[in-house]
Amino acid sequence: MPSQVVKVASSVGLHARPASLLVKAAAASGVSCTIGRVGDKAVNAASMLMVLALGVKFGEDLEITVAEGDGADAVLATLADIVGTNHDEENPHA
Amino acid sequence: MSSLIGIGVSPGVVVGEVHRIRHTVVEHDVPGTCQQVLDALAAVGADLERRAIAADIEVAREVLQAQAMIAQDPALVEAISARLTDDVVYPDVRPAIRDSFAGFRAALESLGGYFAERVHDLDEIADRTIAEISGEKSGPVILSAPSVIVADDLTPADTAALDMRFALALVVAKGGPTSHTAIVARGLGIPAVVGCGEAESLESGDIVMVDGRHGLVERNPDEATVLHHKTREDALRARAAAVTGPGRLSDSTPVNLLANAGSVSDAVSAANAGAEGIGLFRTELLFLSRETEPTVDEQVALYTDVFTAMAGHKVVVRTLDAGSDKPVPFLNTVAEENPALGVRGWRLTRNGTGVMRRQLQALAQAAAETHTDLWVMAPMIDTPAEAADFAAQAREFGIRHVGVMIETPAAALLADKVLAEVDFGSLGTNDLTQYVMAADRLDARLSDLTDSWHPAVLRAIALAATNATTLARPLGVCGEAAADPHLAAVLVGLGVTSLSMAPVALAEVRGFLATVDRATCIEVSQVALAASSAEEAKAMVSAILEP
Repeated sequence: MPSQVVKVASSVGLHARPASLLVKAAAASGVSCTIGRVGDKAVNAASMLMVLALGVKFGEDLEITVAEGDGADAVLATLADIVGTNHDEENPHA
Repeated sequence: MSSLIGIGVSPGVVVGEVHRIRHTVVEHDVPGTCQQVLDALAAVGADLERRAIAADIEVAREVLQAQAMIAQDPALVEAISARLTDDVVYPDVRPAIRDSFAGFRAALESLGGYFAERVHDLDEIADRTIAEISGEKSGPVILSAPSVIVADDLTPADTAALDMRFALALVVAKGGPTSHTAIVARGLGIPAVVGCGEAESLESGDIVMVDGRHGLVERNPDEATVLHHKTREDALRARAAAVTGPGRLSDSTPVNLLANAGSVSDAVSAANAGAEGIGLFRTELLFLSRETEPTVDEQVALYTDVFTAMAGHKVVVRTLDAGSDKPVPFLNTVAEENPALGVRGWRLTRNGTGVMRRQLQALAQAAAETHTDLWVMAPMIDTPAEAADFAAQAREFGIRHVGVMIETPAAALLADKVLAEVDFGSLGTNDLTQYVMAADRLDARLSDLTDSWHPAVLRAIALAATNATTLARPLGVCGEAAADPHLAAVLVGLGVTSLSMAPVALAEVRGFLATVDRATCIEVSQVALAASSAEEAKAMVSAILEP
C-alpha cells in the first residue's frame, strides 16, 4: 500500500483548520486512508475524533497510508501536502 | 408589562423581539433503538452542516463545520453500534450515547490546550442527539432578523455561531459581570443583562425592552416606560460625549483614564477612544495558540506595532499570565488539581523557564526602538520577595517603571512591603475578587459573590491604596470594576490614581467622573466600605451619586 512520512508543518499541530482539511480530504477520497506516528498505531484519517485524539504537535513525523487502488497515489499526495503545509500562517491567533 | 431584574453589564436601551436559545438537556429516560440513535446523530450532523453553510462569519463557519464533522465521524458511529444491539428497543439510550462519547472526551481532555476545548463540542453534540430522539429539539441558532438574544447561558461556541450583527441585546439567566456574555456585549457595544434568573420565562417572539445599564428587562413595555429609559440613557450618553480630554474630577483632580488591550487592533481602538495610554496590555494572545515559544524577534515585532499604535502615550504591559483559565501549551504542561491556585503568572519562573526574561528583553527592545513610555508589571505576585525578584530582572533590561499586579489577598495585605519593592501597582480586580471571596469567577452559581462591589473586596483595595498613597506609588485598577462609573468614583475615593478599562467604556467613565469632586468620591468610598453586601454598597453609593 502506498505510504509516505510527512512532518507536521502547522504550528497548532494536527488541530483546528489543518485537521479539518485532512479529514475532509480523506473522507472525500472514498478510499481507506490511515494516519499515525511512525511505528505506532494508525487511525482512520477520515475520523475527526481519531485524528484529534492522536494529539499531534508541530514538527512530529506522521505516516500516511492509502489503500491500494485507482488514484491512490494522488490521494496520498493530497493528504501529504495538507499535513506538510502550514495552514495557520494567515491567522496565528485562531 | 412585567419587569425582570438582573445585573446590567453593558449599557444601552433597546426594544426588540426575543430570540430564545435553548440548550436542551433531557433529564428523563429516552427509549430508542440503535438505528434511531444513528439517525438522530446524522440529523444533528446535517443540521450543523446547514448552519455552517448559512453562517456568514468565518469563525462561526469553522466552529460549526468542525462540530458537523464530529457528529458525522465514523468512529462515533462505530462506538454507538458497539454498545447497542440491532432491533432491540432500549428503555433509555442516554447512557449508551454518553459512553460512546466518553472515550473521545477523556482522550481530548487529557491532551489539554485547545484539544481539550473540543470537549465542549462533544457534550453539545451528545445533548443535541438525545434531544433529537426525544423530540425536544434545540431552537434554531441562526439569526436572520435583529433580535434580543435570550439564553440560559452563552458559551464561546454559541457566540461564535451567532451572527452578532443581528444581536440587539444579550440577556442570560446565569453569569456575572466578568462572564463571557458580558465581555462579548461590551466588545460589541450592545446592551446586556446577566444573572437574570427570570429570563427563563421569556420565549421567542416576546417583545422586550432591555436596559443594560440598570439591569432591567421589561416584557411588553408601554411607550411611556420605553421613553423614560431611553431619555435617561440618552442623558447619560450625552454627559459622556460632552467631556473629552484627559480624565479629571469636577474639581480638576486628575484621574488617568487608560484602556485594556490584548492585540494591536485593541490598541488602535484605545487610541481612537481617546485613552491616555494602555493600562493593561495582555500578552497572552501571542502565546496561547503556540506549541513553541514565540521568538524574541516575533515578540519585538508585535510589541512594536502596539507601541506605535499608542505613540506618545504610556503603555503598561503585563508579563505573560499563563495558567489557570489561560493555559499555554508549552508552559502549562502539568495537569493541576486547582489551576486558579496553581503555578500561573510569575510563579511559572519557578520552573526555571527563561520565557519571562526573553519577554522582558523583547519589551525593552521594542520600547527603545519606538521611544515608548514603557511600564511593565508581573501578574500573580504574593510576596515582597517575588516583587523584588521581578523588579531586579526587569531593571536589568533597562525597564524604568516596574510594577506588580495586586490580585491576591496576600499582595493586598502586604501592600506596604510589596509596593516598596517596585515603582507602581495595578489592582487586577477580577482575580482579586475571586481570591478574596474564594469564589470561582467562571462559576455562574456564585455570581452574587464574584462582584467587585463586595465590601470585602473594597476593604482589600482600600488597604492597598492607603499603602500606595503613603509610599507615593501610583496605583491603578485594570479589572472590569474600572468600567462601572459609580464604582470608579469609589475606587478614586479609596486612592486609586488610574483606571484602565475596555475602550468602549472610557467615554462614559470620563463623563461621569467630570461630575463628581474628590470629596464626594471619598464620601462614597467610605459608605461602600461600611456596607454589608455588594447590593447594599451599590444602592447606598447610587443614592448619593444619582439622587
